[in-house]
Amino acid sequence: MLEPPIFAGIENYAGLFRDPVFWKVLRNTLVYTAITVPVSTVVAIAIACLLNSGVRFSAFWRAVVFLPSLVPLVASAMVWMWIFNGELGLLNAALDPLLGVVGAVIGRDVLAPNWLGSPAWIMPALILMSLWSIGNAVVIYLAALQDVPAALYEAAAIDGVRPLGRFRHVTLPMISPVVLFNVIVGLIAAWQVFAVPYVLLGAAGGPDRAGYFYTTYLYDNAFSYTRMGYASAMAWVQLLVILVLTGVTMLLSRRFVYYRGA
Amino acid sequence: MRSKRSTRVVLNLTIVVVGLVYALPLIWMLSTSLKPVEQTMSVPPTLLPTPVLDTPRYAVENYIGSVDAEGNPVTRGVWTDPVVDFPLFLRNSILVAILSVSGMVVSSAIVAYGFARVRWRGRGVVFGVLLATMMIPFPVLMGPLYVLFKELGWIGTFRPLWVPSWFAGAFNVFLLRQFYMTIPREIDEAARIDGCSHWSTFVHVILPLSRPALAVVALLQFIAVWNDFLGPLVFLQRQDQFTLALGLALYQSQGGNVPWNLLMAASVLVLSPVLIVFVITQRTFVEGIATQGLKE
Repeated sequence: MLEPPIFAGIENYAGLFRDPVFWKVLRNTLVYTAITVPVSTVVAIAIACLLNSGVRFSAFWRAVVFLPSLVPLVASAMVWMWIFNGELGLLNAALDPLLGVVGAVIGRDVLAPNWLGSPAWIMPALILMSLWSIGNAVVIYLAALQDVPAALYEAAAIDGVRPLGRFRHVTLPMISPVVLFNVIVGLIAAWQVFAVPYVLLGAAGGPDRAGYFYTTYLYDNAFSYTRMGYASAMAWVQLLVILVLTGVTMLLSRRFVYYRGA
Repeated sequence: MRSKRSTRVVLNLTIVVVGLVYALPLIWMLSTSLKPVEQTMSVPPTLLPTPVLDTPRYAVENYIGSVDAEGNPVTRGVWTDPVVDFPLFLRNSILVAILSVSGMVVSSAIVAYGFARVRWRGRGVVFGVLLATMMIPFPVLMGPLYVLFKELGWIGTFRPLWVPSWFAGAFNVFLLRQFYMTIPREIDEAARIDGCSHWSTFVHVILPLSRPALAVVALLQFIAVWNDFLGPLVFLQRQDQFTLALGLALYQSQGGNVPWNLLMAASVLVLSPVLIVFVITQRTFVEGIATQGLKE
């Protein structure tokens, strides 16, 4: 890979578009990002609201929810590999009785999936797992919620606004800058997902490359196939995608984000 | 806000359930690491090893290994694994963490001072460029960085993992600059009138007042470097240089079928330093994270 480079013009970029694996990883990464970012945003805000609702031991539960986001990704991959295990895993041990009931109702057997062994279930498994490490976002949302002046809620309550309306018309606008921050951080992080699928599924991303992502393929091109030029072309495309995603989010945010003092 | 009693009960129950769901994987990791291998396969799974009183013995077997009367190993725990040298990986991780964290704190503190307190031409533009570098993800840079470090002869050494930390990180510079801005200018102006140079103002005035922010930078950098997987994977070559994160992946992939109890024990081993740091510094930590989103 470190032999004298040969100028290839746009050949590397043209090659990307003819490469079915490139399209596969692009699609996988898009699907992963498009689902994890909104879902984790909703879940993180919900948990933050719950922590902010005057529950007991709120600081303790905040620490419990936050802690998983500090677990080294390789270690969380190990424990989730064990949880997702088709025969002995904790998840299927919990699902089996439920599915047994469902099966009895609809009159045929419903089997728990072999998560990491079946192409159809790899993506749902990875998305589920990503929800485990949203503690960072939860802590940031919680701080933003605590920052919303109580007077606004009181005024809304006096005006007869119901709790859901208060959330929609007071809470959401007030925390919207923080939502924007977390969404952008989340987009950038989701787009470069690497360690977890790499460790969980092995280098090729599992059966049918269902868990093969953009960064994994970039890594393979650079360091396994020693195609550094091709990898660099992928890197430029990746940077471009991130800039576009961030730019579009910023543009859209003008319609949704309310800045106090602006 | 006051809510109805029933609502409060529901909310409290919900947070308990949510908390348990988030805690369960870690509890499961620990619980599996304390069982003999046969018990990891029991259906339905059990939380505690049986008999419970044998837990310490199982723990010793899984983590350290057991020896017979003559001191010869009977079973290998993760700590004494003959192939994957976890004590060495732990030393490597600690070494890289110390070099990287100290470098990040020192260099970011200095650079942030330049942006907060020294007036110079183009400061705003350079600060904008610095912030823009936060947008560039590591995977985009790893190829060119590899080539650069190869030219320097650094591939297969620890240097690619810690030397860049001595050149400051955009986010940390930003965080510290924001913090310095909250320190009243009168304080360092007084120091200047007393004859302090920029350097001694920085060392004697700004740094002592910035301890909480410096602690946040140190913590974030510690977590980042301790948990980093891709960096060591790209830049290290010899197995005796592996960090814990890389070592854990190696441990899992080496023989093919590592028993779950040992794999979980190794995971606990990799996680425990992070856990210890978190427990000690919980407050600084959570508050440091919380401020991330609140910068206008």
